[in-house]
Amino acid sequence: MSFMTKPKIHHPNLPKNKLGLTTRDYEGGMSTLCAGCGHDSITAGLIEAVWALDIEPFRVAKMSGIGCSSKTPAYFLREAHGINAVHGRMPSIATGAQAANPELHFIGVSGDGDSLNIGFGQFAHAIRRDVNMLYIIENNGVYGLTKGQFSASADVGSKAKYGQVNENPPIDPVLTAITLGCGFVARGFSGDKEQLIPLIQAGLKHNGFALIDVISPCVAFNDHQGSSKSYAHTREFFHPAIHTDFIPPREEIKVEYEKGRAMPIELHDGSTIVLRKIDVDHEPTNRAAAIGYLERHREAQEIVTGLLYVNSEEHEEGGRKLPARSLTGVDGVGDPVGVLEAFQGGCR
Amino acid sequence: MPKVNDFTLKIATVNGTGSASANALLMKSIFRMGVPVMGKNYFPSNIQGLPTWYEIRVTDPGHLTRAGQVHFMVAMNAETFAKDQAELAPGGYLFYDSTWPRHREITRDDITVIGVPLAEMINHHFVEPRTRILMKNVAYVGALAALLDLDLDIIEQLLKETFGEKKAKLVEPNMEAVHIGYDYAKKHYDCPLPLHVKKADMTKGHVIVDGNTTAALGAMLAGANVAAWYPITPSTSVMDAFTSFCAKHRHDEDGTPQYKIIQAEDELAACGMVLGAGWMGARAFTATSGPGISLMNEFVSFGYYTEIPAVIFDIQRVGPSTGMPTRTQQSDINECAYAGHGDTRHICLYPADPREAFDFSIKSFDLAERFQTPVFMVSDLDIGMNEWMVPELKWDESYQPDRGKVLSAEDLDKLEGRYGRYQDPDRDGIPQRTLPGVHPKGAYFTRGSGHSEHATYTEDAAEYQRVLDRLRRKFDTAKDHIPAPYIDYARSKPVKAGIISLGSCDLAVKEARHNLKGKGTEFDYCRIRAFPFTDHIRRFIDEHDTIFVIEQNRDAQLKCMLQAELDADAKKLVSILHYNGLPIASMHIESTITDYCQEAEAC
Repeated sequence: MSFMTKPKIHHPNLPKNKLGLTTRDYEGGMSTLCAGCGHDSITAGLIEAVWALDIEPFRVAKMSGIGCSSKTPAYFLREAHGINAVHGRMPSIATGAQAANPELHFIGVSGDGDSLNIGFGQFAHAIRRDVNMLYIIENNGVYGLTKGQFSASADVGSKAKYGQVNENPPIDPVLTAITLGCGFVARGFSGDKEQLIPLIQAGLKHNGFALIDVISPCVAFNDHQGSSKSYAHTREFFHPAIHTDFIPPREEIKVEYEKGRAMPIELHDGSTIVLRKIDVDHEPTNRAAAIGYLERHREAQEIVTGLLYVNSEEHEEGGRKLPARSLTGVDGVGDPVGVLEAFQGGCR
Repeated sequence: MPKVNDFTLKIATVNGTGSASANALLMKSIFRMGVPVMGKNYFPSNIQGLPTWYEIRVTDPGHLTRAGQVHFMVAMNAETFAKDQAELAPGGYLFYDSTWPRHREITRDDITVIGVPLAEMINHHFVEPRTRILMKNVAYVGALAALLDLDLDIIEQLLKETFGEKKAKLVEPNMEAVHIGYDYAKKHYDCPLPLHVKKADMTKGHVIVDGNTTAALGAMLAGANVAAWYPITPSTSVMDAFTSFCAKHRHDEDGTPQYKIIQAEDELAACGMVLGAGWMGARAFTATSGPGISLMNEFVSFGYYTEIPAVIFDIQRVGPSTGMPTRTQQSDINECAYAGHGDTRHICLYPADPREAFDFSIKSFDLAERFQTPVFMVSDLDIGMNEWMVPELKWDESYQPDRGKVLSAEDLDKLEGRYGRYQDPDRDGIPQRTLPGVHPKGAYFTRGSGHSEHATYTEDAAEYQRVLDRLRRKFDTAKDHIPAPYIDYARSKPVKAGIISLGSCDLAVKEARHNLKGKGTEFDYCRIRAFPFTDHIRRFIDEHDTIFVIEQNRDAQLKCMLQAELDADAKKLVSILHYNGLPIASMHIESTITDYCQEAEAC
């Protein structure tokens, strides 16, 4: 049960980050999800990624909506404040929280039902506003907590556990985000932590809204034959388009990249994302090309993964990011009597 | 019968013709002449072409409320001419644009008709079509200035102030239009009429303001720094005013804004943003109207259970949907008090006028943080959008924002043992709050109903109920912190009947009480200023055999709450309801009470 405190075991040999903390210091409560749930692997990935970035756990704010995915912020970063909002409405809470204190790191965890059904509007508007946060969709194509109904990400023809066939076309969060102008759009798979961790790190460092859609199979309701979100199906159609390395600031980029196949992208804080193309067709910094590439592979029913679209420049140049500081103190005005008198001078 | 400095003028025009500025000019010039004046705008949900009215009451007795009678009608709209004529009190004056003679349409012989060929004269003088439309309205101001003896120098001064330096060249053509109307009236009618305005000295120490602007000013001075909203009449001007106040007064020395205003995609999102910001520690608010509150309900419940401060200004109007959104009502009293699913109840403040809207706006932020809960300031269109003459707003120099029980990093450093978000250390129902990013020891996971006193997940029956019971205790503690009701007892002798009312009914109730007293019957008066209801209100009900409960909705929402919350004897409570979209009129109250008392012999 999630209210059980995980025993804190001290392992003297665990590596420490620059703050002297081990990954254990980044854990949370015990997971109450089903054994084998993809979401738990994502939680583990988040723990490693935040630890490796040397972020103090209490300087993170964890946001979620409702659903299995939205329970997971309780399972990592026990020293961070978290908020388990109402169904589909986490983006608005995050928007307000981020407006009030932009100095913190924001991690949002949502699900496909939470973001693409009930919360599609808020999801889209948070992207449109470019709220500075990492937004993970733990995508399994079904509602878990209400026992197996299709969500808006279920593919046409996909079969539910008890045989119903989904007839409606899916909403693809990756394509949606790119068309809405999101500057960081990735897809991962809960079964591939090696690919996922650098994506999480890069997403946290991206200055703006960073979306990672993570295919995360539901072992209880959507891991059977006929489902296009099962472990077996995802592995079969898994198509990594690009390999992402995340390199923290001031670390020398040692690897030499073959021309045309790799590109380093420097982020606002001096860290670097290095993209190595696995698929030469893919142009991750060209919006139209990225959309075309995704469309072609969707037709082939492939699950394209990696950092699929990135544009870290647009936001800084566009002047959308004002100098951001915390508004958590109460700032009145210096001279309320004077303000009041000046106002009332015009009311007589 | 109407007399000098005591009459009501109503102007019927078509919206989108600039008549609102002409009417504001009239009202303000009467105010500058030192005579108390009320102005109410009855405007359509439309940009151009539908009927609109403006009612000005000149009232040296100081009854700044609708009486329910019109003595002078400026009938500029052909479409509503018959209705406007019918509304005039016997002996009244009908003013119209005689460019189009209406002899056959003028059916009453108990009124005086004044025709002025405004369009003809204006069209003769001005060329540009839009100017002609606008100046026709300015010309009726001029004609009224002659008929009612308004001061032309004051009108000119007001025009100068309105146009400022940038548009100073507009003053001259406007004054030409004023003179066109003025000179014609002087020449053709015996000016001034018996009913007119005479300079006095009764408006010193007063200002003319609307309650949405004063609420916004209160919010800024209280230190509100995050606002999220979705446009909806009649609340939009709260955020417009807040935006312009902040743009003027809320910047760092280097010009960095000290505030954020977010236009949300809908009201539910706006409420979520306010809760997110409140959770983070900002003073955050939204402004909306009934339909917006409906959308916000889910988050209001969430804010109640998770104990997050939030301020919601509800500028009440008629709803739902189209047709009447620009008309006033007090029909969200229940909605605000109990908004949301589950057992919820919310602190509500009910201002009576723009001045109180200013004071209560500031108070709302302190209550929201002290009690860590959504607080509603329940205003209405009449208060929010009409220009009221009120005593000057005052700033309490000793004011310190009450941030409530927030544990600082130092507090948390010193804390022995575990921090418990939803415990009740002071036995007042109010827990201690921590803010994100301050200290690792303060961290907790915020969730809806199923949390323990340590903010951990629970489905334990007893743990859940303890939290629920404490929330109730917290609500009761609020009784000692909210504005007490305004209670005024009859001076001469104890009386059997009292009046309970709230919000913008206040001045109409006061005038009715004054008039009834003149006719020999006195009534005690209790104006409720906040929810939860305090013992003062219970005592007031107990003291009387009959209580008239006066409110502006169909279903007697306040009366139902008095019964439910105070167990008030239903037989004692007599509803006086008004719900046609116009502000309640004193005559309606007076006649209803008189009729009831005659029939029931209760007073």
